[in-house]
Amino acid sequence: MNSSSHKLQLSGDKKYLLSFKSQDSLSKLLLRSVAWTVIGLLTIMIILLTRESFIAIEEFGLEFITTSYWNPVLEEFGGLAFIYGTLVTSFIAILLAAPLSILVALFIQEVCPDWIGKTLGLLVEMIAAIPSIVFGLWGLFFLAPIVREYIAPFLRQTFGFLPIFQGPSFGIGVLTASIILAIMIVPTITSLCREVFKVVPSHQREAALALGATRFEMMKIAVFSPSLSGIIGASVLGLGRALGETMAVAMVIGNSPAIVASIFAPGATLASVIANEYAESTSDMHVAALCLIGLVLFVITFIVNFIARGVIWHYTRKQGNR
Amino acid sequence: MSYLQYRKLKNILFLGSLYMSALIALLPLFLILQYLILKGATSLNLDFFLHDPSPVGEAGGGMRHAIVGTLYMVGIGSLISVPIGLLCGIYLAEFGRGKTAKILRFTIDMLTGIPSIIIGIFAYILIVAPLQSFSALAGGFALSIIILPIVTRSTEEILKLVPTHIREAGLALGLPRWRVIFQIIVKGNFKSLITGIMLAVSRAAGETAPLLFTAFGNMYLNFQISEPMASLPVQIYTYAISPFDQWQEQAWAAAFVLITIVLGINLVSRALVNNKMIIGQSKRVINHTRLIRKKKGN
Repeated sequence: MNSSSHKLQLSGDKKYLLSFKSQDSLSKLLLRSVAWTVIGLLTIMIILLTRESFIAIEEFGLEFITTSYWNPVLEEFGGLAFIYGTLVTSFIAILLAAPLSILVALFIQEVCPDWIGKTLGLLVEMIAAIPSIVFGLWGLFFLAPIVREYIAPFLRQTFGFLPIFQGPSFGIGVLTASIILAIMIVPTITSLCREVFKVVPSHQREAALALGATRFEMMKIAVFSPSLSGIIGASVLGLGRALGETMAVAMVIGNSPAIVASIFAPGATLASVIANEYAESTSDMHVAALCLIGLVLFVITFIVNFIARGVIWHYTRKQGNR
Repeated sequence: MSYLQYRKLKNILFLGSLYMSALIALLPLFLILQYLILKGATSLNLDFFLHDPSPVGEAGGGMRHAIVGTLYMVGIGSLISVPIGLLCGIYLAEFGRGKTAKILRFTIDMLTGIPSIIIGIFAYILIVAPLQSFSALAGGFALSIIILPIVTRSTEEILKLVPTHIREAGLALGLPRWRVIFQIIVKGNFKSLITGIMLAVSRAAGETAPLLFTAFGNMYLNFQISEPMASLPVQIYTYAISPFDQWQEQAWAAAFVLITIVLGINLVSRALVNNKMIIGQSKRVINHTRLIRKKKGN
């Protein structure tokens, strides 16, 4: 047999340097020290990020997140436009992606035959595997012209009375970024929703059907409503992913730090401004301001992930008690 | 129209919208793949893999330096993170009840959620700023932080599926706990663990944001760990936003190569997983038992 199983002996056969008990506590100690290294890594990350952005915090204080004046040359920095851009793009993305993902998850779990559902699930997960730079490239050369030629004029004609659908479209802008983000987070929300629908007990579905419900009513009553909190958790996790997405957004949003009502206009997000300016930042204050932007982004994603975690944890516990 | 007919109509409309939604969700995937093949595969040739970039305006030139750079830095990242990630996953699965495990699980969740650009800033502060130079080391380190939580998570999920009776069987043979963990549980699930690692690696291979200001990129082949290094994603970014048609074509070709690598690893590793991994473990325990019996018998 191979050498490792050859080494296997009962404790009586040979004298060991350490007793089994101390071997075990030693290995546990080693594992635990690795665990603390990783925990330390995250702590160091937070501390370093805060320390680097310290001079910007000192200089601007709370004004940093309430003003939108961003001028690296004059060293005046306010990040409100980026926060606005991040929130708006992610919000539109969630509005587009969440309903679609829920329907796809329902389709895969409830309607499809098993093998089609599996293939479909695999294809949807393939979308998640596509690197964001490829999304960016595709968005820049394929989606942006489509938005400019077809989607923006259509929206302007139909809903033009609303200020968010007014103004010219150059292709690149908030709307394009949001659509790309939506495409990117569909797989996340879909696979989480599928997990949520999976735990709905089948007798619940059968009960609804036995009462004479159509399949639509069955899905509404027996599948959708009881898993609502899980669906919300999935959407919030999708939101968390959208908030931090960098490259695809940086390539199609146009990078102009201004708050404009129209979603056709170019904008900028927290992540995109870091990607664009960090390597070329000249002054210490500029670096600090960008680090502070990073810190703000970190705090926002932290809060969002924390909420999602709470919702899902609550949800699984509720399911477990059933 | 009777109420029943109305309900049935609603049902049909809803089912129709389900089919539609599946189509809409998959549409981008097909559009992207089609566009990549149309634009990328056509501008791909052997030179692409064998040459470094040539100056703008000159024909030919490739991305050998970027392909090598991506492999190099993903290699560094995996070297750092795969062992640590595996150990963390094992700790969570096997000793996952204590306070440390709770904090670690939270940390891993947070690391998964951190935007990759922030990881880039972190690597910049920690490595680039003190060494005063963009370097492959910083890029590899940044990628390692991307890989770490994914490996940990998948390891934990996989090991949690192992039924307790297998651990008990191992312990009943008189093995110390760490041997049960490493020689039976980890060894028996080796294939699925590799799958998790490969998925993490394929994810890291496609990351751009953490490399932008850590490895930075250059235009020639480099094996020096302390110098800037090109990578496929960053090269795509540089070329895509450049005004030259030739470079944009190269960007498409590079995107095609990148997506082939990433989706390839992804699909291969998924195909590797077999659902019958538990059988593997049982076999392992049986083998051990047999061996011991033999020895005792002799």
